[in-house]
Amino acid sequence: MSTEKPSLEELKEEMVSAYPSKVAKKRAGQILLNDVAEDGTVPEIKANTRSTPGIITQRGCCYAGCKGVVLGPTRDIVNLVHGPIGCSFYAWLTRRNQTRPPTEESDNFINYMFSTDMQDNEIIFGGEKKLAEAIREVYDNFKPRAIGVFSTCPVGLIGDDVHAVSRKMSEELGINIFGFSCEGYKGVSQSAGHHIANNQLFKHVIGRGTEAPEGKFRVNLLGEYNIGGDAFVLEDIFERCGITLCSTFSGNSSIDQFERSHLADLNLVMCHRSINYIAEMIENKYGTPWFKVNFIGPDGSAKALRKIAEYFDDDELRANVEKVIAEEMVAVEKAKALYTPRLQGKKAMLFVGGSRAHHYQDLFAEVGMETVSAGYEFAHRDDYEGRDVLHSIKVDADSRNIEELTVTADPEEYRPENADIKQSREEAGMAFSDYDGMMPEMKKGSLIIDDISEHETEILLKKVKPDIFCAGIKEKYGVQKFGIPCKQLHSYDYGGPYAGFSGAVNFFRDIDRMVNASVWKHLKAPWAKGA
Amino acid sequence: MTLLRHTNTDIKPRKALTVNAAKTCQPVGAMYAALGIHRCLPHSHGSQGCCSYHRSALTRHYKEPVMAATSSFTEGTSVFGGQANLLKSIETIFEVYAPDVIAVHTTCLSETIGDDLPQIVSKADDKGFIPEGKMVIYCNTPSYIGSHVTGFSNMVNGMVKLLSESTGEKTGTYNLIPGWVEPSDMRELKRLMSVMGLNTIMFPDTSDVMDTPLNGDREFYPEGGTTVEEIKAAGDSSATFGLGSFASKAATELLTSKCSVPSEVLDLPIGLRATDRFIDAVRSTAGVEVPNSLTRERGRLVDLMSDMHQYFHGKRVALVGDPDQLIALSEFCADLDMRPVYIVSGTPGKIFETKVLERLEERIPEVKIANGANADMYLLHQWIKQEPVDLIIGNSYCKYISRDENIPMIRHGFPILDRVGHSLFPTVGYMGGMRLCEMILEAFLSKLDRESPDEKVELVM
Repeated sequence: MSTEKPSLEELKEEMVSAYPSKVAKKRAGQILLNDVAEDGTVPEIKANTRSTPGIITQRGCCYAGCKGVVLGPTRDIVNLVHGPIGCSFYAWLTRRNQTRPPTEESDNFINYMFSTDMQDNEIIFGGEKKLAEAIREVYDNFKPRAIGVFSTCPVGLIGDDVHAVSRKMSEELGINIFGFSCEGYKGVSQSAGHHIANNQLFKHVIGRGTEAPEGKFRVNLLGEYNIGGDAFVLEDIFERCGITLCSTFSGNSSIDQFERSHLADLNLVMCHRSINYIAEMIENKYGTPWFKVNFIGPDGSAKALRKIAEYFDDDELRANVEKVIAEEMVAVEKAKALYTPRLQGKKAMLFVGGSRAHHYQDLFAEVGMETVSAGYEFAHRDDYEGRDVLHSIKVDADSRNIEELTVTADPEEYRPENADIKQSREEAGMAFSDYDGMMPEMKKGSLIIDDISEHETEILLKKVKPDIFCAGIKEKYGVQKFGIPCKQLHSYDYGGPYAGFSGAVNFFRDIDRMVNASVWKHLKAPWAKGA
Repeated sequence: MTLLRHTNTDIKPRKALTVNAAKTCQPVGAMYAALGIHRCLPHSHGSQGCCSYHRSALTRHYKEPVMAATSSFTEGTSVFGGQANLLKSIETIFEVYAPDVIAVHTTCLSETIGDDLPQIVSKADDKGFIPEGKMVIYCNTPSYIGSHVTGFSNMVNGMVKLLSESTGEKTGTYNLIPGWVEPSDMRELKRLMSVMGLNTIMFPDTSDVMDTPLNGDREFYPEGGTTVEEIKAAGDSSATFGLGSFASKAATELLTSKCSVPSEVLDLPIGLRATDRFIDAVRSTAGVEVPNSLTRERGRLVDLMSDMHQYFHGKRVALVGDPDQLIALSEFCADLDMRPVYIVSGTPGKIFETKVLERLEERIPEVKIANGANADMYLLHQWIKQEPVDLIIGNSYCKYISRDENIPMIRHGFPILDRVGHSLFPTVGYMGGMRLCEMILEAFLSKLDRESPDEKVELVM
């Protein structure tokens, strides 16, 4: 038997050759070998384009991105889904957004699901009346401070105006009620839903607060959804450093945090794909600068903390940050010494999300593992190639339908002093509104695949045989049937937290457990081993 | 701290709002049913999210890969109709994934648009997208009618409608339409038919599809599943037994009207007496003797019920889930001299309450039954808050109530997201009855062991 493995270029050929010619041509633009030029030019990948009907994709829908990802982690907003029962049912507690209400009495609706359970009668005669009544019943039963209303596919088709109903009921009940036109068919993936969620939070929630929490260094953490308790880890680090968290979008959050988020001095963006719109809009309206951070991995976490200290230019903060990093690194170094010999040289593949396929490469690298192939489920070109390409991204029909808010400086609330600080830091070389994307950080020759299909996954597993494959629940057991462990990076396989320093220790331990599990040695029966 | 801190005893009438549903939507049931056909790729005609959610829900429950494709609707598709997307899907699926059958189900989106499946599939055939010997079957599963059980029923009905044929020559085989049960249950049902000495066509059959071995070589289409030939041949069988009227009645009766196969719709054989009725119906219809081994199997269940009676007797039970399961479980609970007092199913159907009351035989006058619109776990929890129970039987979502109220639960139904076992060990038949008893006892006795004062901890029970 030949032990020679096909080159990645040959694999690409094999992947697309199975498709009908038009599909093959399209997919060929979404599969490429990484080759970043010395001058920093990144090859162009097709992303955020339609998945081909019939191809088994990882992707979900607009509603999933809006209700599931961005609003799902909120605990004190009642998220009422207007539509048939399924959409609300499937998003019920399945994303592992942990939350800790401050007191026994605080609102916490995270364990509940709410639906108008639309029936054929409403499909024919309209569902606005039922929606209004459901909102009234939510209020009667739960007395929330706010209600979010989410549109599902048929709602857009039959023309129910969730925004008008929300406005009317808001007047009747005297609480904040706002709608999301996040019908599943919009856009090409969850990504459209992120944008819609950002827009509506900006229009209806952000800016309504008048008091920021006390603190010298006030930041918002954007795009941290507290899967497996990641946000808890970061909250602890911030507190020990003396950084005041004004709000998190949206892990372990409350609506009053969102309302006051415009009063923070700096925005930190974790998941660029899902939340960069809010960062941009807050900056335009209120003057708050933002930069990208990556709290996955000790190296990225230390860099982020140091950059925050530099931004605020405060010696006490610098000292605190260094102290916390030093304290945290003790356990990290110990874990690296333990796990690196067990994991060194192993190969990883990551096909997930709009940030995670990039962020987690750092963690693998810390213990000597190489990411040989990666791609996003629903990201855009800027997440692959960096924000420098934003101006050259063509807006297609699917994206044009997603509202782009025009936001200008607020005459009263814009804070020029923050813009001034940004300017002076920029002059000193600090990067803002930045994201370099996944590809510049990956090796030359790595295989980048956008919106990977089941068929392409199978070829990677059979031909490259990675030591670990990272994806989601739909891929998990199919991958493992090949005898290759699959780490879920949406749910963390009910492990975690993985963020910050202590999270890295958890991650190394879990990857070692999976890659070196005894069970992989027993796939064949003793009498079938030669077969 | 409480997980469901806003739930209290103050029950306010609701007309429009569902909280913590005791059902989900049709397409997921259609997808599960289609997986029970050999070399079949289920196809979801709608937005990507439907397919993604359904695959995820089934995967989390069965801990197995669930392959299914989607028409990936866009805003344009929603305006112009889904024909182009379904044609493209059929062409691409046969070329890339080479199934024997594609089983298309609709979604609320394609139903609201009004896509005409027979017309589109026939167009796909005209265009040559369906290779020789391959098939596309379909059914309508509007998410705004019925529930996931209705979707399962509709897909099984579609199998009969589009596949089963009568050649006029009887084969002496018996059909079994098992309803939405676990792969373990399907395996057990086949065993029971085989013990009774009958040749059986069971469809759908998800055993060896949703419980496949790990051996390093994944089968994209696993070994299991009823073949198209078998479903075709079902039209020539001697009789059909349909298990559970919500999931199996439509297909069972269609097979009778379409192919003149005599049929009987029975309860799901969960618990002693429902299994008795099933075995007895098979015995009398097929004219066979019940082998002694099966009668002795029955005896072992009765023995267990008698041995442990003191721990079951008088215990108040809440049941929530799917109607066919609950009809059988309510009877079994009452036969154990437990008191099934709250019975909740979101799947609508007038016969649900009638059937449950019939099976309870006036033994539980205090029973409260909720069904259909607004029959949800929020209401069940409010009932429990008003007057508690000793045991909850339902899916994983019950654990929030169970933990808040310190009431033991056993997991039964769909979805079970946080435990294993259901796909491996049956709860149908006498063996399944014994397993249910064991699970219920474990729930009661482990609580007793944990909470008894020191001097009251019993070694022997």
